Amino acid sequence: MIELTIDGTKVRAAPGTTVLEAAREMGIVIPTLCYYPGLSSYGECRVCLVEMVKGRGRSSLEASCALPVEQGQVILTSSAKVKKARRVVVELLLASCPSSKTLQCMASNMGINQVRFKIKPRECILCGRCVRYCKEQMRSGGIGFTGRGTARRVTTAFGHTPEECRNCGGCQWICPVCERACTADSLVNGLCGGCQNLAHVETCEICTGCSESVGAHGHTVY
Amino acid sequence: MQKLRSIAELERLRSRILRRRNGTKKYVSVCGGTGCHAYKCQDVASALEGEIRRQDMGSRVELKVTGCHGFCERGPLVVIYPEETFYQRVSPADAVEIVSRTVGKGEVIERLLYVDPQKNRVARSEAEVPFYRKQQRIVFGKNGLIDPTNIEDYIAMGGYTALPKALFEMDPEGIIEEIKESGLRGRGGAGFPTYQKWQTCRSAPSRDGVRYVICNADEGDPGAYMDRSLLEGNPHAILEGMIIGARAIDAHDGYVYVRMEYPLAVKNLGVALDQARQYGLLGQNILGSGFDFDIKISRGGGAFICGESTALMASLEGHIGEPRQKHIHTALKGLYGRPTNLNNVETWANVPVIISRGAKWYSKIGTEGSKGTKIFSLVGKVHNTGLVEVPMGITLREMVYDIGGGMRNGKKLKAIQTGGPSGGCIPESLIDLPVDFDELTKAGSMMGSGGMIVMDEGTCMVDMARYFTKFLTEESCGKCVPCREGLDRMLDMLTDITEGRGSEGDLDLLEELGGVIKEASLCGLGGTAPNPLLSTIRYFRDEYEAHVVHKHCPAGVCKALITYSVDEAKCTGCRVCARECPEGAISGEKKKLHVIDPAKCIKCGLCRDLCKFDAILVSWERWEYD
Amino acid sequence: MRIDASKVDRIVDAYGCHRDSLISILQDVQAECSYLPEDALKRVAKRLKLPLIQVYGVATFFKAFSLQPRGEHMVRVCLGTACHVRGAPAVLDEVRRQLDVEPGETTEDSRFTLETVNCLGACALGPLVVVDSEYQGQITPGKVKRVLKQYMNDGRGK
Repeated sequence: MIELTIDGTKVRAAPGTTVLEAAREMGIVIPTLCYYPGLSSYGECRVCLVEMVKGRGRSSLEASCALPVEQGQVILTSSAKVKKARRVVVELLLASCPSSKTLQCMASNMGINQVRFKIKPRECILCGRCVRYCKEQMRSGGIGFTGRGTARRVTTAFGHTPEECRNCGGCQWICPVCERACTADSLVNGLCGGCQNLAHVETCEICTGCSESVGAHGHTVY
Repeated sequence: MQKLRSIAELERLRSRILRRRNGTKKYVSVCGGTGCHAYKCQDVASALEGEIRRQDMGSRVELKVTGCHGFCERGPLVVIYPEETFYQRVSPADAVEIVSRTVGKGEVIERLLYVDPQKNRVARSEAEVPFYRKQQRIVFGKNGLIDPTNIEDYIAMGGYTALPKALFEMDPEGIIEEIKESGLRGRGGAGFPTYQKWQTCRSAPSRDGVRYVICNADEGDPGAYMDRSLLEGNPHAILEGMIIGARAIDAHDGYVYVRMEYPLAVKNLGVALDQARQYGLLGQNILGSGFDFDIKISRGGGAFICGESTALMASLEGHIGEPRQKHIHTALKGLYGRPTNLNNVETWANVPVIISRGAKWYSKIGTEGSKGTKIFSLVGKVHNTGLVEVPMGITLREMVYDIGGGMRNGKKLKAIQTGGPSGGCIPESLIDLPVDFDELTKAGSMMGSGGMIVMDEGTCMVDMARYFTKFLTEESCGKCVPCREGLDRMLDMLTDITEGRGSEGDLDLLEELGGVIKEASLCGLGGTAPNPLLSTIRYFRDEYEAHVVHKHCPAGVCKALITYSVDEAKCTGCRVCARECPEGAISGEKKKLHVIDPAKCIKCGLCRDLCKFDAILVSWERWEYD
Repeated sequence: MRIDASKVDRIVDAYGCHRDSLISILQDVQAECSYLPEDALKRVAKRLKLPLIQVYGVATFFKAFSLQPRGEHMVRVCLGTACHVRGAPAVLDEVRRQLDVEPGETTEDSRFTLETVNCLGACALGPLVVVDSEYQGQITPGKVKRVLKQYMNDGRGK
């Protein structure tokens, strides 16, 4: 077993587990988007960032879903550095996918009260869960990434239905973003308003729908 | 040619070549680097060749098209040996005279010599040209002397002397120890100690004993082209380095991953590989040592991200160039999951020099933490642009003023950009900064692959930050959110600022965003991408504020913030600008003052470029600081 | 454009039908056809036993590949740093205006394709425009017309 320290607590984990899994085992909440149990880890969305302390005042941010546990590792899951980076990342995600309920709820949980970046709706966060599902679970590989940079998309080749597709619908089912749209009429500062958490309230009174995704954690700020 | 089977055979061949070429024979070398190519050096070469034939000197004089000499500014370059007479800006029409007078009679043609504009002194040989004087060309120097398509040239110049030493006199640990002592650090950017990579790779377990060495020739930094020149001009030095490295880490397969934008490099490298195989310097049982090693060329598909090690390896395996999490280093698990050692072109080219001349000699060059020399491409607003190889620790001042010959058009130096898109801008106030890995990093920039772009007061630093951010937005693979979305939003904000739509608070947000992109990105591209922005904000905050608060571009670059007008005193009414203006924004009768209609003007700058009387003003003087 | 499957097969076979050689194979196919036709990509995928999307993904990721037919002449404007500080953006604007296309596009008469490139490694000559494989150094907006003219009226192209 490997011994490491997460948020000041010494824990033991089997070799090959990730920091995310070890932390979740302890009941620590780390938000995720591109991670899905059973699929390979990809490290795209960066909302599961944690701080890895390297000593001599140095540390780095790492995606916990792709970080294997190591002997003597020291991990902080909710340091100021982590929180700041996660918030900016979620803001960036919202700026490209404002109609996603998952993202709106996540923003609300983090106490984000404004998206400060230009909103360019694209309706996909390119987390690649569908791509990995299709390839790894369905052994099909009909969809994939094309283009690069901001032109990157998840598509089929030349826009045709691929030969490999068996119409399983798994790609839609596993999507963390388009699964359910945010029902708000309009966005204020990039946020839907339904879950808006302008004053860091402990529990949100106006909120109805998102309690489902928030679950038992209520409005704990990540 | 029969394969060489021992050191003795190699040495016999060397002395045979040298005897055949007995030192006194004259040769005319024409620089065939890409810069000179653009100046049509091939025409100069064929004119010289024809003239040598016509004047019946073929038996005494040899014409050689060599690799890049470095002084691209003054091309086409021609050097006549053994006198080393150095001619610049040579045209095909000069061939007759060069052959009859200089080659035939040993006379010097004054008008083709380089004149140092600062001291008005004439230079007869390369050594007298100030551009070359402070250089120490231990790696790059052979470029101008050898024909890259002829392995015998390289052998005659003492090439392939390090290889037998590494094969027969040293053991792998000894080679690594020698590299360690030399203090060689990777020339590709980050400056990682080379021996450490080799050591890790050598001792890493491999399931079937397979290990790889790769030469990273995907030179993507805009403004840097030393790797290109080495590949084109002296490919055998790189091959020799790779064979030695392969021996040290016990690898038998190598790859050169070369940029597809460099067709000549691919060609010359291919020729070099074939020749090395023919001579028994590559392939099975190299020089009879029992060591096998061969190299394949892989052409990149045109992606800056493929300079990153994991992306490069993904691309070598035929996948898209997408980096992976690097918790396990590629030296342990790289190409096809095997231990892989990746070094840059210039690093490889340094290896034979270190092995043949010894680590002790090598480590005397340079500074405490950065040993040896570094090749820079000195470009931008200096007089003498080109490739220069200097000892580490040389100051920026020496680079700009002694080698670069000072600023063009009498303008003031403003900043020096180093490290490509991952680097930063160093302000004029740090002109005495010694150039090495650590000092550049401390100044908020980095060594990178060695681009050094000199900027004057006519360069807008906000525009520069925007330029690099745009470059990186296009080159980001798009995998992780901070890099893909973050850079895109950063570019939006910078565009707004340069177009006069910046608002207060933008700078703080940019800094916050930059910090997060740096920390949260998956790979080194995102991890360094905010450097151009952060370093310019750090040193040129005033200039950003001028754009944001006063909607003014002090350098007169940002189109939305400047206006064009006609200088009443200088306009002669020649009508050239009015005729050529694509928008018909200039009016005026012949021989009368012309006027630009600001409503129609698209600020394309064509009028300013075409005006022979310097009468078009880019005006921003009306503005004053509060 | 219909592509002869045997041509693609020849290229694929030359590389030993290996997945690792995908990028090289596509480069050669493009050299043959001047771009990557859909049929050719399908053939490559079939021969390499890969899902088409993987071939398509590679073809759209790298800048070297084009899925659209290109013009007779390739005009590449270098936007490397050295060219940028010496005024490449103004040169690009002028080329755009002269050809009336945006970077990445081909003129209506299929004579020119305009592309931008991030450094061609001839920084001392900037700003640089490369037409086909001819380097044109120290270009200013005023010189653009003259450079392009050489290629505009040459009948079949050079």
